[in-house]
Amino acid sequence: MADLSPSRDRARSDFRRSLVRLSGGHPGLTGLLAALVLIFALMVPNFLSAGTLNAFMYQLPLLGLLSLAMVVPLLTGGLNLAIIATANQSALLMVWIMRTLLSPEAGASTTLAVIALALAAGLVLCIAIGFLTGALVAYTGVHPILVTLGTKSLIDGISIYLTRGMALSGVPEIFSDAANATLLGVPAIFLLLVVVAVCVGVVLKHTPFGVACTMIGSNIDAVRYSAIDTRRVLVGVYTMSSVTCFFAALVMLATFNSASADYAQSYLLVTILAAVLGGVDPFGGFGTVTGLMIALAILQVISSGLNQFGVSTYLTVAIWGGTLILVVVAQSARGTLPPFLARLRR
Amino acid sequence: MPERAHAGLARLRRRPEIWLLLVILLVGGVFGVTARGFLTLPNVIDLLETYSVQAIIAMGLFVVLVSGGIDISFAATASVAQYCAALLASRVGLPVPLVIAAGLGVGVALGCLNALLIHYFRITSIIATIAMMSVSFSLLMYFSEGRSVYDLPDWWTSRVVFLRAELASGDIVRITLPIVLMAVVALVTWALMTRTSLGRQLYAMGGNPEAARRIGIGTGRLTFFAYGYLGLLAAVGGMVQAHRVGESVPNAMVGTELAILSAAVLGGASLTGGIGTVPGVLLGIVLLAILQNGLNLLGVSPYFFQIVIGITILVSTSITVLSSRRGRRLRQLGGAPAHG
Repeated sequence: MADLSPSRDRARSDFRRSLVRLSGGHPGLTGLLAALVLIFALMVPNFLSAGTLNAFMYQLPLLGLLSLAMVVPLLTGGLNLAIIATANQSALLMVWIMRTLLSPEAGASTTLAVIALALAAGLVLCIAIGFLTGALVAYTGVHPILVTLGTKSLIDGISIYLTRGMALSGVPEIFSDAANATLLGVPAIFLLLVVVAVCVGVVLKHTPFGVACTMIGSNIDAVRYSAIDTRRVLVGVYTMSSVTCFFAALVMLATFNSASADYAQSYLLVTILAAVLGGVDPFGGFGTVTGLMIALAILQVISSGLNQFGVSTYLTVAIWGGTLILVVVAQSARGTLPPFLARLRR
Repeated sequence: MPERAHAGLARLRRRPEIWLLLVILLVGGVFGVTARGFLTLPNVIDLLETYSVQAIIAMGLFVVLVSGGIDISFAATASVAQYCAALLASRVGLPVPLVIAAGLGVGVALGCLNALLIHYFRITSIIATIAMMSVSFSLLMYFSEGRSVYDLPDWWTSRVVFLRAELASGDIVRITLPIVLMAVVALVTWALMTRTSLGRQLYAMGGNPEAARRIGIGTGRLTFFAYGYLGLLAAVGGMVQAHRVGESVPNAMVGTELAILSAAVLGGASLTGGIGTVPGVLLGIVLLAILQNGLNLLGVSPYFFQIVIGITILVSTSITVLSSRRGRRLRQLGGAPAHG
């Protein structure tokens, strides 16, 4: 009997641990999402309508893509505070190229060529920014918060200096038509979010690079001693984050029809909030794109629901913050409550 | 003798503040030569007063950074404390000590709420404070509807001058309340962190929380102290800011978080805890202040300023880390103390 009880204890604690892991992951979040949808459906008339779904699909992509750009460095235990600055500068460059090279009477083929050139330039800019950021993080060993604080300040400064803080407009009609097109009722920008999210998810989960990312987040020294070039992986991480910003820049152009240095600046901390709500460990090592997407859906449902109540956006942001605190508190309470209850019972 | 001097020099070189001081002297010298009116007493005093609020709050942030945490919510805390005190003073008409006590109380309470989330619920400090920032600032904007309080009582907005001198050039120099408060706060923080056991325990906790816990340091108590102290100083900073501008604007302090954080880190406070000094943090603020002021006097476009800040952060943090990397092994084996 005496030698039986430890193994039974271990089996029970294994079971408890797997339960904690399960409830701390997606089932809890999905439950919360379902509960929220149910509550709003009961309390807000017309919440479950095509209009709400449509607004949902138009509002989610920008925050979603920016959050994806934040999640990749977060997984390695870093942070990229420059994502919004990068997206804005890329959008500014694209609009500038389009409006300087395009005259109103240009033919369709010239227009398409110029748009392609602008897109390529925006992408190259993002890759360059990401590469430089990654190199700084990897080769100086300065904390990513500081490096990206510096690059954010630098990039924003250059954008503001060149534009004097003004918005640039002049997106050609073909571009905005294509960007605002729908496929079977689904907006193109939402499809873009889905495609990018799937790509990022696959890269993070099923490639050596992605595995190296999460391992770096857990223990960078151990990864280095396992003969993985952590510096190259880090450069790749920030480049990937920046490239995701390029897609966010496309969504910005599509939704605002212009570009400016200070669009979407308030989203910076919300992206971190969404990532953590989605179960990404801010110290790195753990997190999935699926969790992030569910968290984004939760935030957006809260925002659309409260919006139809006529609640001010400020209160919505307060409730977002409160939701995050509650979810994290619930997660930590799940980890500590069962042992605590067991002690009480004894 | 030369050997000892050499050792002293080596120890100096390993302290990140020395690099910062050299950069400041260099930048100050360049501006002193090129910008007219930069190295004059009125300009320096003016700079001190302008950056007093940032310096006061940075002292609190420094304590949190040393303890191994980080706080993003202090600007929101300062705004909430300032606005509550302003409402109590102008709408309710409470007496002076009660208003000040209420403002400071709000600051400490918000700081302790952060500590509660971080210590008891084990939420990472950056996440807890980002969430608290969005909650407290959004609630402030919701309930105040963005309205400013313009009718602050006279005792709050009237200038308090401690020392007044007329220079030979005819300029009048005043040492005002914000400057004195900044000096007091810096002195108190310095004494607290280097001359009391509480301060040494904070360094120990920031350096290695598990080791600190095992030698019997109450980490919970320290966490509450660090975040409560930052809340207190944020409230002081918020009320001084209203004193300087003569009104309480709910979103006046927003956006200063990253500036104050970068100043503290420029001054050598480590984001991983356990390292940092009060003089270093003050030097970080001085560097950002003279850069902004000097470029202004040179007539450089204010749009350009952000580029300079970005480059400064990147260059100075890289130099600090790269230069300390060589001496790190020695320091870990009990060489020069990392702080003091």
